Amino acid sequence: MAADGSILDVFFEECEDLIVALTEGLVEMRDGNADDETVNAVFRAVHSIKGAAGAFALDELVGFAHKFETVLDEVRSHRLETDDTLLRVLQRAGDILADLVEAARDSIPANRDQVDPVLADLQSFLGAEDAPEEEFVFEAMTLDFGEPDDAAGFKVCFKPTRDFYASGHDPLLLISAVQDLGEAKVTVDTSELPEHYSDFNWEEGYLSWKIDVTGVQSDLPILDIFQFVDDLCDLKVTAIDDDAPSAPIIDLPDLEAEPQPEPDVFAPEAVSSQQVALTTPEQKKDENKDKPAKRPATTLRVDPERVDRLINAVGELIINQSVISQRLQEAELPNSSELFADLDDYKLLAREIQEGVMAIRAQPVKPLFQRMLRIAREAADATGKNVELVTEGEATEVDKTVVERLADPLTHMIRNAIDHGIEKPEDRSKAGKSAQGQLRLSASQRSGSIVIEIADDGAGLNRPRIRDIAVEKGLIPDDAQLSDQEIDHLLFAPGFSTASEVTNLSGRGVGMDVVKTAITALGGRVAITTNPGHGTTFSITLPLTLAVMDGMIINIGGQTMVVPISSILETIRPAAADLSKIGLRSELLRIRGEYVPIIDLSERLGHPDESKPMTDRVLLLIQTETVPQCALAVDDIFDQRQVVVKSMQGNYGQINGISGATILGDGKIALIIDPDAIAIGTATNPVTSSTFEGEQPHVAAC
Amino acid sequence: MSQPAETNQAKQLEFVTLVAGGQNFCIEITQIREIRRWTPVTILPHSPHHVLGVINLRGAVIPIVDLAAKLGFEKITPTERHVIIITAIEERIVGLLVESVSEILGVSADMVRETPRSPEDATTRAILGVIPVGDDMTKVINLTALMPSAEQAAA
Repeated sequence: MAADGSILDVFFEECEDLIVALTEGLVEMRDGNADDETVNAVFRAVHSIKGAAGAFALDELVGFAHKFETVLDEVRSHRLETDDTLLRVLQRAGDILADLVEAARDSIPANRDQVDPVLADLQSFLGAEDAPEEEFVFEAMTLDFGEPDDAAGFKVCFKPTRDFYASGHDPLLLISAVQDLGEAKVTVDTSELPEHYSDFNWEEGYLSWKIDVTGVQSDLPILDIFQFVDDLCDLKVTAIDDDAPSAPIIDLPDLEAEPQPEPDVFAPEAVSSQQVALTTPEQKKDENKDKPAKRPATTLRVDPERVDRLINAVGELIINQSVISQRLQEAELPNSSELFADLDDYKLLAREIQEGVMAIRAQPVKPLFQRMLRIAREAADATGKNVELVTEGEATEVDKTVVERLADPLTHMIRNAIDHGIEKPEDRSKAGKSAQGQLRLSASQRSGSIVIEIADDGAGLNRPRIRDIAVEKGLIPDDAQLSDQEIDHLLFAPGFSTASEVTNLSGRGVGMDVVKTAITALGGRVAITTNPGHGTTFSITLPLTLAVMDGMIINIGGQTMVVPISSILETIRPAAADLSKIGLRSELLRIRGEYVPIIDLSERLGHPDESKPMTDRVLLLIQTETVPQCALAVDDIFDQRQVVVKSMQGNYGQINGISGATILGDGKIALIIDPDAIAIGTATNPVTSSTFEGEQPHVAAC
Repeated sequence: MSQPAETNQAKQLEFVTLVAGGQNFCIEITQIREIRRWTPVTILPHSPHHVLGVINLRGAVIPIVDLAAKLGFEKITPTERHVIIITAIEERIVGLLVESVSEILGVSADMVRETPRSPEDATTRAILGVIPVGDDMTKVINLTALMPSAEQAAA
């Protein structure tokens, strides 16, 4: 069962990839720039899912995929005209297929209420001529569509490689399987056999076969036979049919020869589409410029744990490098020493390795964005609004964890934008806008951060209403004076909901609150800009990686600490005139006519040090979402550098005001300040880890 | 979890004996990763008095706990001669500062006696059992009970 489980896991992983390919193809078809290859790719994706699902006896999935595939087959052979209705059904079928795969993975029964109507829709396109197909029974080896086709038969050229035999395959079995499909004429080519037996290498495969099969309508059953040995042999399946113009016919089946229904790491689609580009100049014009981007790259499946271990080791390497350089400096070698040059090389190499390793974890946001297409479609259907979701910058790469953890917040935000942001078609027309609302989801890289924007062209935020609701819900006092920005940020307050009635889509009042928490947990920020009547934009700013960040190395009461550069606006050495006392101990800093509260970091961290006057300290002007601006008082600033972030959670626990730790050049640990928590938090909040709390039996002495 | 008191009768167990707060204790050797000399720590804000801070152990951030203080004794003033025992408590790695480490004690499992339940005392509750050694005896520390993980403590 264990082995079974792991094969199943691989299957579901592959299904995910296939569904991505499927969605991609369907989007292209919808946008009207689909060529035959796109339709083929969609068809192959569905076919592969069906094939593999059959092997695991996932009957519901197979049944649905089969129907879906049949319709697609009609489309790819141009027997079905692609119109809006068909495309919509195909899109929904794609969604349902994804659902079914998910249901199969979680071993829960599929939702027949959703599946059946789509099945019926698909069936409606097939009409009566489909009748014989009802008897379809899935068999892994002999898959016959029973549909009329022009091809009378296929010529199969099959040359096993040495590995084919080494893996214990028997050509005879495959050939006889082909013979079962129809009438087959098999000829063996012995020309490569060495002349002398002394030259004969018993491990080598010298033979190749030519099989002419007649009475087979599609090449798929043949490909199915060879799917498990695809990379172990040279295989060519060509149609024996020369009625039609020669060039495309010879090339197209060629193209069919490459993809194997089993998806694998060699991404057959990629190879075949390239081949088409190379061999048929007429088709080249169809290969528009975004083709290379579309082609799934050759990929390697690696256990993320291994990558994480590598990342850790590289982090150590970087730290080790700074330890060595510090030691060398302490050794006071002559400056001419070649050691320094070598050390510089070492530094460069270490950085390069680090970047390379980080890139392994980076993933394009594309699959994430594609999931959002579906969310948007469903949200639009549920609200009766007409919305188009445009995605940009899909190739932008983000750390894997970020991609994974962005799914939920993005879903909420897309739903919110459609539910609350974009107006009903009639209201839009009244406002002089096109009836179809536009939602733009874009990702881009901006100086060390990733910015993801969700922009709608709806009505914009209704600030007076937001304020009223916040007062009504007791989030703010009646007479609160709030800036526009502060009102906008009320959206993120827990328990806030603008929809006057709770819809089943959004408006439970948890959404934006959760969104913000999720994004903050990733070290990111959310900002809102709104233009009444023209729409609202939510921008999420995220760090490029979670493992490395730029930090300011500071000193507080003899302890070295790190403050993330991203939150520092500027550093100030205050003059006495700029400081003014407020209350008993608090001080304010005057900067460009504004008064900013000063937070004594050492006091906030529980080691108050009154001895040093403020003028002897350095102030870091920081900005967070919660507190517009505040100044952190520290004793000294040393340096600014990249640090490797280590979590404190595993062995110790969360500490208020501290987001993690890093290891400095001298091998010592420096804690990383969490400016947000420092700005809001009160100094009284101790450690949340109960491990080290005193509530154990032995609180006793001290 | 390999708690000595629960293991088979004939099983041979090994303990590392140590001194903390002037008393003899021991920890089962399978829970110990390594023993190091005292190195200065990075102080943690808002930490309880028995947590000295964190150290860098080949790239991992390891909290250091003063075992004597944790057990209710006087706090140790660490010097170069003090020793840190790096222990693995389930998934977590924690360093324990002790006065000294003496020897490895090999005993059969039935030598570990149940802790005599004398008037309940905070420290005795962290003791898994006692092992007689010559005229003296040493106490087996129950690390999991001494430092439960966040979830266990919450439960």
